[in-house]
Amino acid sequence: MERQQIVVSGLGGQGVLFVARLLADAAIRKGAGVLTSETHGMAQRGGVVVAHLKVGDFESPLVRESRADGLLVLSAENFRLHRRFLAPSGWAVVNAPPGGLTGGSSRVCAIDADGLAKEFGNLHAINLVLLGYALSGPAGVEEESPLFCSAEEIREVLRRRMEGKEKLLDASLAALALGMKHGKR
Amino acid sequence: MARPPEDRILLLGNEAIAHALLENGCRVASSYPGTPASEILSALAKLRKERGVEMHAEWAVNEKVAFEIAFTGSLTGLRAAVSMKQVGLSVASDPLMSAAYLGVKGGFLVISADDPGPHSSQTEQDSRLLAMMARIPVLDPSSPAHARELVAAGYELSELFEVPVMLRPTTRVCHACQDLPPGKVLPFPREADFRKSTARWAATPAFRYELHRKLDEKLAAIAAWPRTAPFRANPEAAGPKAVVASGVAAAHAREILREAGLWDRLPLYHVVQPYPVHSEFVSRLLSSHEEILVLEETTGVIEMQLLDRRRVRGKLTGAVPEAGELLPEIIAEAIATFAGTGADTARARDPERGGRRPTLCPGCPHRSSFYAIRKAAPDGIYPSDIGCYTLGMNLGGVDTVLCMGASVSQAAGFYQAYRLSGKQVDIVATIGDSTFFHAGVPALIDAVVQEARFVLVILDNATTAMTGFQPTPATGKTAAGEPAGSVDMEALVRACGIGFCKAGTPSRLPEFIGLLREAVAYSHAKGPAVVIAREPCVMDRSQADRLPAPVNVFIDETCNGCRYCTTRFECPALLYDEEGKRVAIDGLLCTGCGVCLHVCPLGAIREAPPEGKAP
Ligand code: SF4
Ligand code: SF4
Repeated sequence: MERQQIVVSGLGGQGVLFVARLLADAAIRKGAGVLTSETHGMAQRGGVVVAHLKVGDFESPLVRESRADGLLVLSAENFRLHRRFLAPSGWAVVNAPPGGLTGGSSRVCAIDADGLAKEFGNLHAINLVLLGYALSGPAGVEEESPLFCSAEEIREVLRRRMEGKEKLLDASLAALALGMKHGKR
Repeated sequence: MARPPEDRILLLGNEAIAHALLENGCRVASSYPGTPASEILSALAKLRKERGVEMHAEWAVNEKVAFEIAFTGSLTGLRAAVSMKQVGLSVASDPLMSAAYLGVKGGFLVISADDPGPHSSQTEQDSRLLAMMARIPVLDPSSPAHARELVAAGYELSELFEVPVMLRPTTRVCHACQDLPPGKVLPFPREADFRKSTARWAATPAFRYELHRKLDEKLAAIAAWPRTAPFRANPEAAGPKAVVASGVAAAHAREILREAGLWDRLPLYHVVQPYPVHSEFVSRLLSSHEEILVLEETTGVIEMQLLDRRRVRGKLTGAVPEAGELLPEIIAEAIATFAGTGADTARARDPERGGRRPTLCPGCPHRSSFYAIRKAAPDGIYPSDIGCYTLGMNLGGVDTVLCMGASVSQAAGFYQAYRLSGKQVDIVATIGDSTFFHAGVPALIDAVVQEARFVLVILDNATTAMTGFQPTPATGKTAAGEPAGSVDMEALVRACGIGFCKAGTPSRLPEFIGLLREAVAYSHAKGPAVVIAREPCVMDRSQADRLPAPVNVFIDETCNGCRYCTTRFECPALLYDEEGKRVAIDGLLCTGCGVCLHVCPLGAIREAPPEGKAP
């Protein structure tokens, strides 16, 4: 199983930790070791929240600068703050309004997850819309899914986590699908 | 190597500690919430309920009380633990120092979570220094898995030597998640059995001298106990230089040595018990290496115990920065310099700073309170305290923050200083409900006795919001959400001797400003006054039924873009539109608290009929 280092960045209330934990669960289900580092406390009041995720045989919970294989950015303004983690060959998926992302390279792609979630009628879905988009292997990021796991593996994690909460599960799967649809080339 | 998924669960470091406490027979656990330690007791209370284990797990009124309850549990022979953040240990330091002399019966763990950075604390203080001062052993976990192991080792150590043992995780252990095997909770049959011994449990100074000597003997033996001895991470490596690391710095160092190709060349010693450092290890280290680099957070505690100073590099020599978190980038640079392999990647200074500043939630009642305070006492001095409401500084409503409960004593301090200069000034202090119970009450008694003249606003949102909505003494709920006793706040305030104590609802802004004006006038005429700002936290789901029905607000065309509401009131749902040069409401963030209706000087923020849409 390949090792992977991912940084998830966003603002308090956007569900950064939820995305990181879904990915961590997916790693466990694949039989991989996983270490994450989360932001709790003061930063949750709308401030910057970042989660580091390391899949494979790592020992330190933090991703070093220029070492991340991928960046999931839930708030465009954080891209400036956290792009230093990205390896030169790494990819980034950023939630930004159309034309709202500058300085991206070919492996950086944007999706208006805010806009989509608004249309969808649930601002809490930004995180899953963005994750779905990343899992689809969006244009600019060559692989099918640049993440270590597939969309089906994330769906399985959601189903396990939301057992008995059918409404929430349906909404979550729909948000994921919405992001994936927009990622299709 | 593949790990069978059915045998692994994802655990937060604090949850791993909670699991380990239950697995190792802990029966009395007590805590006061504080980041990064809070989830230890909440996870334990939840687990206890799920597994049906008979144990006492409580949120205590403060860390000193929490310590004393757990310590006493241990005197009866039960295993016990107290958990808190590092500044909480300062509050509990009085019983800590004495308990070290008395020793324990059942295993007793003092879990004090440090916050190098600091990420959400007043200081970066190193709890291991307090362990040194108290002369008790301290264990320094490097990951959630390691923390779980050290709980077991800590209990064994504590019972073997009858001594309190400190477990000192840091933020990167507490708030790291790791895949771990689910543990087993085995029966742990023990009954409370307190054996009286006044010479020990109520020792007078003469006996204390004896106890001190005994403690020193214990420490010497603990510095030779094999289970917590330092170990070589890379036994194959040999060389004149060596790295010594503990805690999460050791985890970073392992990875960095591998990446830098130094794993086979640079010996790495992992210290598990930073105090007392094993004496044989110290002499072996100093005799087999010419130069030693020590990596630890936050102060050079291990470094201080390596007595041949000429060969040791670390915090005391400036080879490793003293302030701030030891991020892997900083460790990589320190190791590269030490090993002479040339600088690694450039390290970032201040990397986590910048970005959007935190702010009170939309609809938070504290926002109304601060706005009202500035209206009622525009030239006042505003001492405040520790909690979500510290963010009132964005609203100009917080001038000082020192430590838990200090808002009350600082208000009194300001009054006395100004009185001496013959000046009268409005002083309006703010304190949260939980913080008031924690350390505000003695200061309020003092203010009554000294006739200090100020207004204390108790921000009573019926929860400990910032650390994750733990109950307060007024909530009437246990840590697991079962019914518990409760304290009547007004009765308590009056019993402190306060003559003016009135409760109000901050979101009813005009009325609330009036109440504050009344309190300010009273304070100048008669003495300390207390206003209880009572309204539920909008984020606390358990209080959702207490929230008023939402109001449908909109902004009409008379808004001239003066930005008074976005700067002075700073609700995140009020957004300034650069293009339209007007303020608009973000309907998804707005909770409909309706307070901004009273804020716009032009009256441009208006209420729409409930079913109607904004025109
Ligand atoms: S969590 Fe509650 S108390 Fe804290 S800022 Fe939000 S609404 Fe206010
Ligand atoms: S009603 Fe006004 S103050 Fe309340 S949340 Fe909405 S915009 Fe903010």
